[in-house]
Amino acid sequence: MATDITKVFKKKQSAILERWIKNQLANEGLRDDLMSNEDLRADSEELVAALVSSLNEKTLLDYESSEFDHVIEILSGISISRARQGFSPRETGAFILSLREALIEVLQEEIKDTKELMDTSLKLYRLLDHLSVITFETFIKGREEVILRQTDEITEISTPVIRVWDGILALPIIGTLDSARTQVVMESLLTEIVESGSSVAILDISGVPTVDSLVAQHLLKTVSATRLMGAECIISGIRPEIAQTIVHLGIDLSSIVTKASMASALQYAFRTLKLEVRKTVVKSI
Amino acid sequence: MITALISLNKDNMSVIREQDVVPFRNRVKEHAVKIKMGLVNQTKLITAASELVRNMLRYGGGGEVLIEVVSRGRDNGIRLTFNDKGPGIADISLAMKDGFTTGKSLGLGLPGTKRLVNEFDIKSELGKGTKVTIVKWVNG
Repeated sequence: MATDITKVFKKKQSAILERWIKNQLANEGLRDDLMSNEDLRADSEELVAALVSSLNEKTLLDYESSEFDHVIEILSGISISRARQGFSPRETGAFILSLREALIEVLQEEIKDTKELMDTSLKLYRLLDHLSVITFETFIKGREEVILRQTDEITEISTPVIRVWDGILALPIIGTLDSARTQVVMESLLTEIVESGSSVAILDISGVPTVDSLVAQHLLKTVSATRLMGAECIISGIRPEIAQTIVHLGIDLSSIVTKASMASALQYAFRTLKLEVRKTVVKSI
Repeated sequence: MITALISLNKDNMSVIREQDVVPFRNRVKEHAVKIKMGLVNQTKLITAASELVRNMLRYGGGGEVLIEVVSRGRDNGIRLTFNDKGPGIADISLAMKDGFTTGKSLGLGLPGTKRLVNEFDIKSELGKGTKVTIVKWVNG
Protein backbone atom coordinates (compact mmCIF):
# COMPACT_ATOMS: atom_id res chain seq x y z
CA MET A 1 0.00 0.00 0.00
CA ALA A 2 1.24 3.42 -0.86
CA THR A 3 2.21 5.67 1.99
CA ASP A 4 -0.16 8.56 2.48
CA ILE A 5 2.17 11.50 2.19
CA THR A 6 -0.43 13.93 3.47
CA LYS A 7 -0.43 12.11 6.80
CA VAL A 8 3.33 11.78 6.76
CA PHE A 9 3.82 15.49 6.33
CA LYS A 10 1.15 16.39 8.89
CA LYS A 11 2.77 14.11 11.42
CA LYS A 12 6.24 15.33 10.62
CA GLN A 13 5.42 19.03 10.30
CA SER A 14 7.58 20.07 13.23
CA ALA A 15 10.39 17.77 12.10
CA ILE A 16 10.31 19.39 8.64
CA LEU A 17 10.44 22.83 10.19
CA GLU A 18 13.39 21.91 12.42
CA ARG A 19 15.31 20.40 9.54
CA TRP A 20 14.57 23.32 7.30
CA ILE A 21 15.73 25.85 9.86
CA LYS A 22 18.80 23.72 10.53
CA ASN A 23 19.53 23.72 6.78
CA GLN A 24 19.08 27.46 6.57
CA LEU A 25 21.28 28.13 9.57
CA ALA A 26 23.95 25.82 8.17
CA ASN A 27 23.93 27.74 4.90
CA GLU A 28 26.96 29.97 4.51
CA GLY A 29 24.90 32.67 2.85
CA LEU A 30 22.72 33.19 5.94
CA ARG A 31 22.27 36.88 6.52
CA ASP A 32 21.84 37.20 10.25
CA ASP A 33 22.75 40.87 9.82
CA LEU A 34 19.59 41.49 7.81
CA MET A 35 17.21 39.23 9.64
CA SER A 36 17.06 37.81 13.16
CA ASN A 37 16.74 34.08 13.73
CA GLU A 38 13.34 34.63 15.35
CA ASP A 39 12.00 36.34 12.23
CA LEU A 40 13.42 33.61 10.08
CA ARG A 41 11.71 31.03 12.28
CA ALA A 42 8.37 32.83 12.14
CA ASP A 43 8.51 33.08 8.34
CA SER A 44 9.47 29.44 7.99
CA GLU A 45 6.84 28.22 10.40
CA GLU A 46 4.07 30.08 8.61
CA LEU A 47 5.10 28.76 5.23
CA VAL A 48 5.49 25.13 6.36
CA ALA A 49 2.09 25.19 8.06
CA ALA A 50 0.42 26.59 4.94
CA LEU A 51 2.20 24.15 2.64
CA VAL A 52 1.44 21.07 4.72
CA SER A 53 -2.22 21.96 5.07
CA SER A 54 -2.68 22.41 1.32
CA LEU A 55 -0.72 19.32 0.31
CA ASN A 56 -2.59 16.12 -0.52
CA GLU A 57 -2.46 13.39 -3.14
CA LYS A 58 -4.43 15.48 -5.60
CA THR A 59 -2.73 18.83 -5.20
CA LEU A 60 0.70 17.25 -5.34
CA LEU A 61 0.08 16.57 -9.02
CA ASP A 62 -1.64 19.80 -9.81
CA TYR A 63 0.50 22.69 -8.70
CA GLU A 64 -1.75 25.23 -10.43
CA SER A 65 -4.46 24.26 -7.95
CA SER A 66 -6.16 27.04 -6.02
CA GLU A 67 -5.30 25.15 -2.82
CA PHE A 68 -1.87 26.71 -3.07
CA ASP A 69 -3.13 30.27 -3.25
CA HIS A 70 -2.45 30.80 0.42
CA VAL A 71 1.05 29.31 0.16
CA ILE A 72 1.83 31.50 -2.84
CA GLU A 73 0.53 34.55 -1.02
CA ILE A 74 2.80 33.93 1.97
CA LEU A 75 5.74 33.14 -0.28
CA SER A 76 5.26 36.31 -2.34
CA GLY A 77 5.05 38.39 0.81
CA ILE A 78 8.27 36.89 2.12
CA SER A 79 10.22 37.34 -1.10
CA ILE A 80 9.02 40.91 -1.70
CA SER A 81 10.01 41.91 1.82
CA ARG A 82 13.38 40.22 1.31
CA ALA A 83 13.95 42.13 -1.91
CA ARG A 84 13.32 45.36 -0.03
CA GLN A 85 15.58 44.35 2.85
CA GLY A 86 18.40 43.89 0.39
CA PHE A 87 18.75 40.11 0.22
CA SER A 88 20.50 38.78 -2.86
CA PRO A 89 18.62 36.48 -5.28
CA ARG A 90 20.88 33.61 -4.18
CA GLU A 91 19.95 34.04 -0.53
CA THR A 92 16.26 34.25 -1.33
CA GLY A 93 16.56 31.20 -3.56
CA ALA A 94 18.37 29.28 -0.83
CA PHE A 95 15.42 29.93 1.47
CA ILE A 96 12.92 28.00 -0.65
CA LEU A 97 15.38 25.44 -2.02
CA SER A 98 16.46 24.39 1.44
CA LEU A 99 12.81 23.63 2.22
CA ARG A 100 12.87 21.12 -0.62
CA GLU A 101 15.90 19.44 0.91
CA ALA A 102 14.13 19.17 4.24
CA LEU A 103 10.98 17.68 2.71
CA ILE A 104 12.96 15.10 0.74
CA GLU A 105 14.98 14.13 3.80
CA VAL A 106 11.79 13.49 5.78
CA LEU A 107 10.36 11.48 2.89
CA GLN A 108 13.49 9.35 2.76
CA GLU A 109 13.02 8.34 6.36
CA GLU A 110 9.35 7.49 5.92
CA ILE A 111 9.15 5.75 2.59
CA LYS A 112 11.26 2.64 2.29
CA ASP A 113 10.16 1.51 -1.17
CA THR A 114 12.65 2.96 -3.67
CA LYS A 115 10.26 3.29 -6.59
CA GLU A 116 7.62 4.99 -4.52
CA LEU A 117 10.18 7.30 -2.96
CA MET A 118 11.39 8.21 -6.42
CA ASP A 119 7.88 8.92 -7.68
CA THR A 120 6.87 11.05 -4.76
CA SER A 121 10.15 12.93 -4.71
CA LEU A 122 9.77 13.77 -8.38
CA LYS A 123 6.31 15.19 -7.83
CA LEU A 124 7.53 17.12 -4.84
CA TYR A 125 10.44 18.49 -6.84
CA ARG A 126 8.13 19.73 -9.55
CA LEU A 127 5.89 21.44 -7.03
CA LEU A 128 8.77 23.13 -5.25
CA ASP A 129 10.39 24.17 -8.51
CA HIS A 130 7.14 25.88 -9.35
CA LEU A 131 7.18 27.60 -5.98
CA SER A 132 10.78 28.75 -6.44
CA VAL A 133 9.93 30.25 -9.83
CA ILE A 134 7.20 32.23 -8.10
CA THR A 135 9.68 33.29 -5.43
CA PHE A 136 12.04 34.64 -8.05
CA GLU A 137 9.31 36.35 -9.98
CA THR A 138 8.08 38.21 -6.94
CA PHE A 139 11.62 38.90 -5.79
CA ILE A 140 12.39 40.62 -9.10
CA LYS A 141 9.09 42.48 -8.93
CA GLY A 142 10.06 43.72 -5.47
CA ARG A 143 13.39 44.92 -6.80
CA GLU A 144 11.72 46.64 -9.74
CA GLU A 145 9.48 48.51 -7.36
CA VAL A 146 12.56 49.74 -5.55
CA ILE A 147 14.04 50.94 -8.86
CA LEU A 148 10.82 52.68 -9.89
CA ARG A 149 10.63 54.45 -6.55
CA GLN A 150 14.20 55.61 -6.93
CA THR A 151 13.53 56.88 -10.46
CA ASP A 152 10.67 58.95 -9.12
CA GLU A 153 12.86 60.27 -6.34
CA ILE A 154 15.60 61.23 -8.80
CA THR A 155 13.20 63.18 -11.03
CA GLU A 156 11.91 64.93 -7.97
CA ILE A 157 15.22 65.94 -6.43
CA SER A 158 16.83 66.83 -9.72
CA THR A 159 14.62 69.84 -10.39
CA PRO A 160 14.78 72.14 -7.41
CA VAL A 161 13.57 75.71 -7.84
CA ILE A 162 15.66 78.03 -5.68
CA ARG A 163 14.62 81.50 -4.59
CA VAL A 164 17.96 83.29 -4.79
CA TRP A 165 16.58 86.74 -4.16
CA ASP A 166 13.26 88.42 -3.74
CA GLY A 167 11.80 88.15 -7.23
CA ILE A 168 14.60 86.01 -8.68
CA LEU A 169 14.32 82.25 -9.13
CA ALA A 170 17.12 79.90 -10.14
CA LEU A 171 16.67 76.44 -11.58
CA PRO A 172 19.80 74.37 -12.01
CA ILE A 173 19.19 71.55 -14.51
CA ILE A 174 21.41 68.52 -14.09
CA GLY A 175 21.41 65.58 -16.48
CA THR A 176 19.66 65.02 -19.76
CA LEU A 177 16.68 67.15 -20.64
CA ASP A 178 14.08 64.89 -22.24
CA SER A 179 10.36 65.51 -22.76
CA ALA A 180 9.29 64.10 -19.40
CA ARG A 181 11.99 66.07 -17.58
CA THR A 182 11.06 69.31 -19.38
CA GLN A 183 7.48 68.83 -18.29
CA VAL A 184 8.56 68.55 -14.63
CA VAL A 185 10.95 71.51 -14.94
CA MET A 186 8.36 73.69 -16.60
CA GLU A 187 5.63 72.79 -14.14
CA SER A 188 7.69 73.43 -11.02
CA LEU A 189 9.12 76.65 -12.46
CA LEU A 190 5.74 78.07 -13.47
CA THR A 191 4.08 77.25 -10.14
CA GLU A 192 6.99 78.77 -8.26
CA ILE A 193 6.76 81.95 -10.36
CA VAL A 194 3.11 82.33 -9.38
CA GLU A 195 3.72 81.48 -5.73
CA SER A 196 6.68 83.77 -5.23
CA GLY A 197 5.59 86.49 -7.62
CA SER A 198 9.04 86.45 -9.19
CA SER A 199 9.80 88.37 -12.34
CA VAL A 200 13.14 86.82 -13.31
CA ALA A 201 13.94 83.14 -13.69
CA ILE A 202 17.45 81.79 -14.33
CA LEU A 203 17.74 78.41 -16.02
CA ASP A 204 21.21 77.03 -15.42
CA ILE A 205 22.32 74.35 -17.88
CA SER A 206 25.90 73.83 -16.65
CA GLY A 207 24.87 70.30 -15.67
CA VAL A 208 23.42 69.35 -19.05
CA PRO A 209 26.07 67.34 -20.91
CA THR A 210 24.67 67.64 -24.44
CA VAL A 211 22.53 70.31 -26.01
CA ASP A 212 21.06 69.02 -29.26
CA SER A 213 18.13 70.44 -31.19
CA LEU A 214 15.60 68.56 -29.08
CA VAL A 215 17.02 69.92 -25.82
CA ALA A 216 17.16 73.40 -27.37
CA GLN A 217 13.54 73.08 -28.43
CA HIS A 218 12.59 72.13 -24.87
CA LEU A 219 14.52 75.13 -23.53
CA LEU A 220 12.81 77.47 -25.99
CA LYS A 221 9.42 76.14 -24.92
CA THR A 222 10.21 76.67 -21.25
CA VAL A 223 11.39 80.22 -21.94
CA SER A 224 8.26 81.14 -23.90
CA ALA A 225 6.03 79.67 -21.20
CA THR A 226 7.88 81.72 -18.56
CA ARG A 227 7.43 84.85 -20.65
CA LEU A 228 3.72 84.20 -20.93
CA MET A 229 3.64 84.26 -17.15
CA GLY A 230 5.14 87.73 -17.24
CA ALA A 231 8.61 86.76 -16.08
CA GLU A 232 11.87 87.08 -17.90
CA CYS A 233 13.94 83.96 -18.41
CA ILE A 234 17.73 83.89 -18.56
CA ILE A 235 19.67 80.82 -19.62
CA SER A 236 23.03 80.53 -17.92
CA GLY A 237 25.86 78.03 -17.83
CA ILE A 238 26.52 77.82 -21.56
CA ARG A 239 29.97 76.30 -21.92
CA PRO A 240 32.26 77.32 -24.81
CA GLU A 241 32.02 73.96 -26.58
CA ILE A 242 28.24 74.00 -26.29
CA ALA A 243 28.11 77.54 -27.72
CA GLN A 244 30.09 76.40 -30.77
CA THR A 245 27.92 73.35 -31.23
CA ILE A 246 24.72 75.37 -31.03
CA VAL A 247 26.00 77.77 -33.70
CA HIS A 248 26.93 74.92 -36.05
CA LEU A 249 23.63 73.21 -35.51
CA GLY A 250 21.94 76.43 -36.52
CA ILE A 251 19.78 76.83 -33.44
CA ASP A 252 18.66 80.42 -33.02
CA LEU A 253 18.79 81.42 -29.36
CA SER A 254 19.24 85.13 -30.08
CA SER A 255 15.77 85.94 -28.77
CA ILE A 256 16.79 84.69 -25.34
CA VAL A 257 19.11 86.32 -22.84
CA THR A 258 21.98 83.88 -22.32
CA LYS A 259 24.93 84.16 -19.96
CA ALA A 260 28.07 82.10 -19.50
CA SER A 261 27.80 81.78 -15.77
CA MET A 262 25.25 81.87 -13.00
CA ALA A 263 27.05 84.88 -11.51
CA SER A 264 26.64 87.02 -14.61
CA ALA A 265 23.04 85.92 -14.96
CA LEU A 266 22.41 87.02 -11.38
CA GLN A 267 24.09 90.35 -12.06
CA TYR A 268 21.85 90.84 -15.08
CA ALA A 269 18.82 89.97 -12.98
CA PHE A 270 19.84 92.53 -10.33
CA ARG A 271 20.16 95.18 -13.01
CA THR A 272 16.73 94.36 -14.43
CA LEU A 273 15.19 94.67 -10.98
CA LYS A 274 17.14 97.89 -10.37
CA LEU A 275 18.96 96.36 -7.45
CA GLU A 276 22.51 97.16 -6.53
CA VAL A 277 25.10 95.12 -4.71
CA ARG A 278 27.72 97.27 -3.06
CA LYS A 279 30.74 96.72 -0.91
CA THR A 280 30.43 98.64 2.31
CA VAL A 281 33.34 100.78 3.23
CA VAL A 282 34.00 100.85 6.93
CA LYS A 283 35.59 104.11 7.91
CA SER A 284 38.34 103.73 10.40
CA ILE A 285 38.39 106.30 13.13
CA MET B 1 47.00 61.45 -52.67
CA ILE B 2 44.07 59.78 -51.02
CA THR B 3 44.96 57.19 -48.46
CA ALA B 4 42.51 54.44 -47.69
CA LEU B 5 40.40 54.65 -44.60
CA ILE B 6 41.17 51.89 -42.12
CA SER B 7 38.78 50.81 -39.43
CA LEU B 8 40.59 49.94 -36.20
CA ASN B 9 37.91 49.19 -33.69
CA LYS B 10 34.29 48.18 -34.15
CA ASP B 11 31.48 48.44 -31.66
CA ASN B 12 27.87 47.70 -32.51
CA MET B 13 25.00 49.00 -30.44
CA SER B 14 21.27 48.76 -30.93
CA VAL B 15 19.07 51.69 -30.02
CA ILE B 16 15.39 50.90 -29.75
CA ARG B 17 14.08 52.96 -26.85
CA GLU B 18 14.55 56.53 -25.71
CA GLN B 19 16.35 55.24 -22.64
CA ASP B 20 19.12 53.94 -24.94
CA VAL B 21 20.10 57.44 -26.08
CA VAL B 22 22.14 58.40 -23.02
CA PRO B 23 24.12 55.12 -22.78
CA PHE B 24 24.78 55.40 -26.52
CA ARG B 25 26.10 58.96 -26.19
CA ASN B 26 28.32 57.87 -23.33
CA ARG B 27 29.70 55.03 -25.45
CA VAL B 28 30.55 57.44 -28.28
CA LYS B 29 32.17 59.76 -25.76
CA GLU B 30 34.31 56.92 -24.37
CA HIS B 31 35.66 56.17 -27.84
CA ALA B 32 36.27 59.84 -28.57
CA VAL B 33 38.17 60.30 -25.31
CA LYS B 34 40.25 57.21 -26.05
CA ILE B 35 41.59 58.68 -29.28
CA LYS B 36 42.23 62.02 -27.51
CA MET B 37 39.66 64.08 -29.34
CA GLY B 38 39.43 67.66 -28.05
CA LEU B 39 36.49 68.84 -25.98
CA VAL B 40 34.92 70.96 -28.72
CA ASN B 41 35.09 68.23 -31.36
CA GLN B 42 33.91 65.70 -28.80
CA THR B 43 30.87 67.83 -28.05
CA LYS B 44 30.18 68.33 -31.76
CA LEU B 45 30.41 64.61 -32.45
CA ILE B 46 28.22 63.67 -29.50
CA THR B 47 25.63 66.29 -30.44
CA ALA B 48 25.59 65.06 -34.03
CA ALA B 49 25.25 61.47 -32.83
CA SER B 50 22.47 62.50 -30.52
CA GLU B 51 20.57 64.22 -33.35
CA LEU B 52 20.84 61.23 -35.65
CA VAL B 53 19.95 58.71 -33.01
CA ARG B 54 16.87 60.72 -32.08
CA ASN B 55 15.86 60.86 -35.75
CA MET B 56 16.33 57.13 -35.96
CA LEU B 57 14.08 56.58 -32.93
CA ARG B 58 11.44 59.08 -33.95
CA TYR B 59 11.11 58.30 -37.64
CA GLY B 60 12.81 54.95 -38.17
CA GLY B 61 11.52 53.11 -35.11
CA GLY B 62 15.00 52.47 -33.76
CA GLY B 63 17.90 50.61 -35.30
CA GLU B 64 21.57 49.75 -35.08
CA VAL B 65 24.58 52.01 -34.76
CA LEU B 66 28.10 50.95 -35.64
CA ILE B 67 30.77 52.91 -33.79
CA GLU B 68 34.21 52.67 -35.42
CA VAL B 69 37.58 54.17 -34.67
CA VAL B 70 39.00 54.92 -38.11
CA SER B 71 42.33 56.07 -39.39
CA ARG B 72 43.39 57.71 -42.64
CA GLY B 73 46.99 58.64 -43.06
CA ARG B 74 47.93 60.50 -39.92
CA ASP B 75 44.37 61.33 -38.97
CA ASN B 76 42.34 59.41 -36.45
CA GLY B 77 38.64 59.75 -36.08
CA ILE B 78 35.31 58.22 -35.24
CA ARG B 79 32.90 56.90 -37.81
CA LEU B 80 29.29 56.29 -36.88
CA THR B 81 26.91 54.35 -39.10
CA PHE B 82 23.22 54.57 -38.29
CA ASN B 83 21.04 51.90 -39.83
CA ASP B 84 17.28 51.74 -39.51
CA LYS B 85 14.56 49.76 -41.22
CA GLY B 86 12.01 52.57 -41.14
CA PRO B 87 9.90 54.03 -43.93
CA GLY B 88 12.84 55.89 -45.53
CA ILE B 89 13.07 59.51 -46.66
CA ALA B 90 11.15 60.52 -49.80
CA ASP B 91 13.14 63.63 -50.69
CA ILE B 92 16.62 63.76 -49.20
CA SER B 93 17.46 67.24 -50.52
CA LEU B 94 14.32 68.57 -48.88
CA ALA B 95 15.17 66.79 -45.61
CA MET B 96 18.62 68.40 -45.69
CA LYS B 97 17.10 71.90 -45.76
CA ASP B 98 17.17 74.01 -42.61
CA GLY B 99 13.82 74.22 -40.93
CA PHE B 100 12.14 71.41 -42.80
CA THR B 101 10.38 68.87 -40.61
CA THR B 102 7.59 66.35 -40.91
CA GLY B 103 7.39 66.16 -37.14
CA LYS B 104 7.08 69.09 -34.77
CA SER B 105 10.79 69.67 -34.22
CA LEU B 106 13.01 72.59 -35.18
CA GLY B 107 14.01 70.90 -38.44
CA LEU B 108 17.72 71.27 -37.79
CA GLY B 109 18.68 67.65 -37.14
CA LEU B 110 20.05 66.57 -40.52
CA PRO B 111 21.43 69.88 -41.87
CA GLY B 112 22.83 70.76 -38.43
CA THR B 113 24.53 67.39 -38.13
CA LYS B 114 26.16 67.87 -41.50
CA ARG B 115 27.67 71.13 -40.27
CA LEU B 116 28.94 69.50 -37.09
CA VAL B 117 30.92 66.68 -38.69
CA ASN B 118 33.63 66.32 -41.34
CA GLU B 119 32.01 63.73 -43.54
CA PHE B 120 28.34 63.08 -43.96
CA ASP B 121 26.58 60.57 -46.14
CA ILE B 122 22.93 59.65 -46.28
CA LYS B 123 21.27 56.89 -48.25
CA SER B 124 17.62 56.12 -48.06
CA GLU B 125 15.26 53.78 -49.82
CA LEU B 126 11.51 54.18 -49.44
CA GLY B 127 10.01 51.34 -47.45
CA LYS B 128 13.43 49.81 -46.76
CA GLY B 129 15.17 52.17 -44.38
CA THR B 130 17.82 54.82 -44.02
CA LYS B 131 21.57 54.66 -43.56
CA VAL B 132 23.50 57.67 -42.33
CA THR B 133 27.28 57.65 -42.02
CA ILE B 134 29.28 60.41 -40.35
CA VAL B 135 32.99 60.83 -39.69
CA LYS B 136 34.59 63.23 -37.25
CA TRP B 137 38.37 63.57 -37.25
CA VAL B 138 40.32 64.32 -34.08
CA ASN B 139 41.69 67.51 -35.64
CA GLY B 140 38.75 68.16 -37.94
